Amino acid sequence: MENIPMLTILGLLPLVGALVAFGVKGRAGRNVAFGFSLLTFAVGFAVFHMSLHSDLAQTVDWIPQIGAHYALSVDGMARAMVLLTVILTPLVLAFEWNNDTPHLAAHKTPRWDVNVFGALALLVEGFALFVFMSADVLLFYLFFEGSLIPLFLMIVGWGGEKRRGAALKFLLFSLAGGLVMLVALIGVYAATSAAGNPTFLVSEIAAIEIDPRLARWLFAGFFFAFAVKAPMVPVHTWLPDTAEQATPGTSTMLVGVLDKIGTFGMIKFCLGLFGEASQWASQLVIIVAVVSIFYGAFMAITSKNLLRLVAYTSVSHFGFMVLGIFAFTITSIAGSIFYMLAHGFSSAAMFFVVGFLVNRRGSAEISDFGGVQRLAPVLAGTFLVSGLATLGLPGTANFAGEFSIMVGAFRVIPVMVFVSVIATVLAGLYVLWAYQRVFTGEPTEEVREKITDDLGGRERAIIGVLIFLLLFFGFIPRFGASVSEKTATATMSQLGIDDPVNGSIGGK
Amino acid sequence: MYPMEMEIVDPVAATGIFQFAWALIAWPLLVTAILLLAGKASNSWGHLLGVAGAVGDFVLAVVLWIQMIGTEVPNRAVKVPVTEWMTIGTMSVRADLLVDQLSILFALLVTGVGSLIFCYSIGYMAHDPNRRRFFAYLNLFIAAMLTLVLADNYALLFIGWEGVGLASYLLISFWQHRNSAALAGKKAFLVNRVGDLGLLCAMFTMFALFGSVNFNQVNHAISGAPATWITAIGIFLLVAACGKSAQVPLQSWLLDAMEGPTPVSALIHAATMVTAGVYLVVRSHAIYELTNAASLAVMVVGVVTLLAGAWVGSTKDDIKKVLAGSTMSQIGYMMLAAGIGPAGGAFAIFHLFTHGFFKANMFLGAGSVMHAMDDDTDMRHFGALRKVMPWTFGTFAMGYLAIIGIPPLAGFYSKDHIVVAAWERGPVFGVLAMIGAAITAFYMTRLMMMTFLGDKRWAEGIHPHESPAIMVGPLVVLAIGSAVLGVVLNNAIQVWLAPPTGHHPHELAWYHVPWQGWATLLLVILGVAVGYLVYRRPIAFDAPGKVNPLVYIGRNDLLADKFNHLVFVRGGGALASGIALVDDVIVDGAVRSLAGGTKGLGGVLRRTQTGYSRSYGLTMVLGAVIIAAVLILGRLG
Amino acid sequence: MDPNAYLILSAILFTIGVVGFLTRRNALIAFMSAELMLNASNLAMVTFSHVTGNLYGQVGAFFVMVVAAAEVVVGLAIIMIIFKTRRSASVDDQSQLKY
Repeated sequence: MENIPMLTILGLLPLVGALVAFGVKGRAGRNVAFGFSLLTFAVGFAVFHMSLHSDLAQTVDWIPQIGAHYALSVDGMARAMVLLTVILTPLVLAFEWNNDTPHLAAHKTPRWDVNVFGALALLVEGFALFVFMSADVLLFYLFFEGSLIPLFLMIVGWGGEKRRGAALKFLLFSLAGGLVMLVALIGVYAATSAAGNPTFLVSEIAAIEIDPRLARWLFAGFFFAFAVKAPMVPVHTWLPDTAEQATPGTSTMLVGVLDKIGTFGMIKFCLGLFGEASQWASQLVIIVAVVSIFYGAFMAITSKNLLRLVAYTSVSHFGFMVLGIFAFTITSIAGSIFYMLAHGFSSAAMFFVVGFLVNRRGSAEISDFGGVQRLAPVLAGTFLVSGLATLGLPGTANFAGEFSIMVGAFRVIPVMVFVSVIATVLAGLYVLWAYQRVFTGEPTEEVREKITDDLGGRERAIIGVLIFLLLFFGFIPRFGASVSEKTATATMSQLGIDDPVNGSIGGK
Repeated sequence: MYPMEMEIVDPVAATGIFQFAWALIAWPLLVTAILLLAGKASNSWGHLLGVAGAVGDFVLAVVLWIQMIGTEVPNRAVKVPVTEWMTIGTMSVRADLLVDQLSILFALLVTGVGSLIFCYSIGYMAHDPNRRRFFAYLNLFIAAMLTLVLADNYALLFIGWEGVGLASYLLISFWQHRNSAALAGKKAFLVNRVGDLGLLCAMFTMFALFGSVNFNQVNHAISGAPATWITAIGIFLLVAACGKSAQVPLQSWLLDAMEGPTPVSALIHAATMVTAGVYLVVRSHAIYELTNAASLAVMVVGVVTLLAGAWVGSTKDDIKKVLAGSTMSQIGYMMLAAGIGPAGGAFAIFHLFTHGFFKANMFLGAGSVMHAMDDDTDMRHFGALRKVMPWTFGTFAMGYLAIIGIPPLAGFYSKDHIVVAAWERGPVFGVLAMIGAAITAFYMTRLMMMTFLGDKRWAEGIHPHESPAIMVGPLVVLAIGSAVLGVVLNNAIQVWLAPPTGHHPHELAWYHVPWQGWATLLLVILGVAVGYLVYRRPIAFDAPGKVNPLVYIGRNDLLADKFNHLVFVRGGGALASGIALVDDVIVDGAVRSLAGGTKGLGGVLRRTQTGYSRSYGLTMVLGAVIIAAVLILGRLG
Repeated sequence: MDPNAYLILSAILFTIGVVGFLTRRNALIAFMSAELMLNASNLAMVTFSHVTGNLYGQVGAFFVMVVAAAEVVVGLAIIMIIFKTRRSASVDDQSQLKY
């Protein structure tokens, strides 16, 4: 087993699947794509377990002249992200099972056949897996930028009337962030060359002393790219537009998987490579994170569109993650990693239930709904459970993440935690108010006409899996938390910060 | 205050049947899952399984209780290890249970009163198509409430705390096709969540100070903490208690919560859930004993609420809202007692226990009346129901006598102790508590007069009748409880609760009544007399439009809703739309203008592409000349 | 050897080429003007090569010649085709490739 390049297999499997699915036309191609996503899930699950006991890392020289390597490895955080990716992709494919049928009134006619959607989703999955497994900054960057293309095509191909504009906005924002990161990447190369060992390997860069002033610039370059990705205020506006126009399946791949690269990169690169610079910037970052938390929450409250609402809740939740990361305690960083996992599931669940609504009603405008509970009680119930997970009810995975972030951060920045905890009330408001407007009351004639059936078997299975996961990780968080703790501890020792001891609040 | 009396009981490891205490939570949870997942297939037997959820738990609780009685006092508190729950980073929380004298008392109350209310609900909800779902939610509530009281740490308690909030939300908005019900449910959840901020902050502080939120470990470590933070924890916990127990200033949700089915009001919004705040304060008594400021704050909140609740109760015409105001007021008494200290803690629980009986009794009685009056709740449309509903009247009267504190009924003893303790703590509190008792007597007499006595004022087509046996049965049991529990528990409950509340009681004979007790009784009789004299007069069918300011404020829930609307709904809405505007105009506007600017610049610049190769050539020449000039001038300079 | 005379000649030739390119409309004349500029620079390069005493300038001149030859082949072909289709050799008539 030691000699089998499991990580390469895991990354390549969906890419191969994508090629096959491009070739096989129509619904047969869709089935092939789904099959490959299940296979990837199996391999990903195997990797998740094997990496616990053995080191699966792989390093091959790629461009020796500049010190670039084809290097893959999985640490605790990467394991969590791999798990998230391989679980969400089959669910997305199952959700978009019939997206070639024209009855999805909210969507313009799809540009391509359903097998293309499957292939593109597999491409996103493969690229994302490589991103999470890369141990080389250049390799990371290539796949980081590469993942934009299939996702761009997914937005262009399926969605609402204005999806082309949204896709362009998404691409431009991401490219802007990515190009700034490219400059920083070249800076890293310059720094390592100056130190006599030109390299892109993460482990080797971390060992090199970079001039603090240069390091701050490099940190800023990386952080900007990840802040756009994560998305943080004020570079977030692409997300609601994209989520509104793209299909919920695309949005799930985007918010559930790709956006995690933002927070993933902050921990792995910003904190891991530029520890001193991270501490130098932490106060500003924390303020931006708290602003994001409230900004996202308030925007979610005022949203008139369900898909935009879900997107803005994510802005708020990413704020919590960034807050945890830059509080620099083992608990808060581990909590952030756990929250990344939990948020992947909860945002997917929200996008899916909203998708069920949109597919029936042909609109995501909240004012077009009302009284749906009477017509589709199971849909209402699943919406409520997903919403409660989103607002962080104890017993759901999100609570464990949010709670540990704040417990950890409180030791360092109590005032900021006192402020941001208020957002949990706002979370209650945006979830329950949306539920109230969509599901309670008496249904109008139009709603009665459009929403005629409750969730079908496929839909129940998809949302059932997600609800199970949310509850599973809520009541038994240790399965996700044990992997995140290792990364958190390693990051803290890389930063050279001691975890605060009991009895100290705010450094006192 | 009483530092000498403070002692902390370390729980012993669970043996025998105590190892299965988790079944108390697991069983109703299982019932909930079955009822929700089985769907319509279980409509025919769902309610029976639902009742089995509560009754089964009650049996187990009684067995545990008997077992505990048979154990020696120092070994009565039992720690039941269940599982590790959250270990993230250095934060570690176990999901273990603590079965001690306090929690078993709550378990008995919740499952016992719960069982009766469940039986009652079979009849009350007989015609509701969603009765199965109703019982599923009720079982969810039982499971969450038992998690709350059986948890051995604040984090697990928080699961139960939010769980009962969720159950309360689901049950208040059970008839969610009514907009008012949906709104009331959401409001309850949100106001509770404001309170939860307090509990969250308290837990953050505990983790930071002690690295644990386990009751026992916090109690041991608390005396070593900085005084400021002890007070802070006390205030945080008080905020949490205010939210859950509808204390001023977070009281506004309870009156709206009456939108839920009446059994819900009886179980959740009278007998059990709303008293969770009192439980929290009593459970945390080790913290409050070290902070004068926080415990004083608890007492002030209690006194203010007991008067505010009584005020509301005196003005409402809706029978359920009168009872809700009264619940606020009675919980105010409990809070007052809990703030007094170790002695008060036991009295608070005593009153909580008796209140659970007589208030559940009266709520169910009100439900029985509503059942008879075609779901009308306006007391102005009642009157003279004594004759047509003798059982309901009789049991309700028991509750009435108990709540106003007529000896030897339950409320007399439990309230009397609180008044005495408050008097000893400070005469101001004592006097206010006595005034509260007088107002209680007034508004309860008003309720009795308007509902059961006086003339018929029924709306046309209403033919009231006595409720079926399945509903009357629980009323009788609860009425007996309201009558005798005071005498039975008067002394026993303090002895029983001494270890967890850290108080060594004096012998209290049931016939011993201090002078404050007599004074209170005098005031109560005065209140009854005023109520009788005022409401003996004919009562208008419709509420008068013009009322004096006192009544106006009371009818409008002390203007809390107006305040909330103005400050939070309007203010928050303005803030939110302001941010939305910023998002659109400034943040996204910057992006859009960048895009527009780029486009405009391109439009201008492309004009230079004339298509004449001569002009391109000229451009190149100019460029070359400029470069040459720069180079030459550079050399020269 | 005094390079100034060669350089002045080179500058005069280059200037004639520039002015010719900018003022004449006939494509062939413009083309010839461009060739004149190239050859003017060739002359300058060869001169400098002689002055500095190494061969870099002459190598450059050969490169220019090769490129110029290739350019003439392609350029003349384009002009011929344009003339055949449009019956005009004026560069101003070929201004379709504008904004």
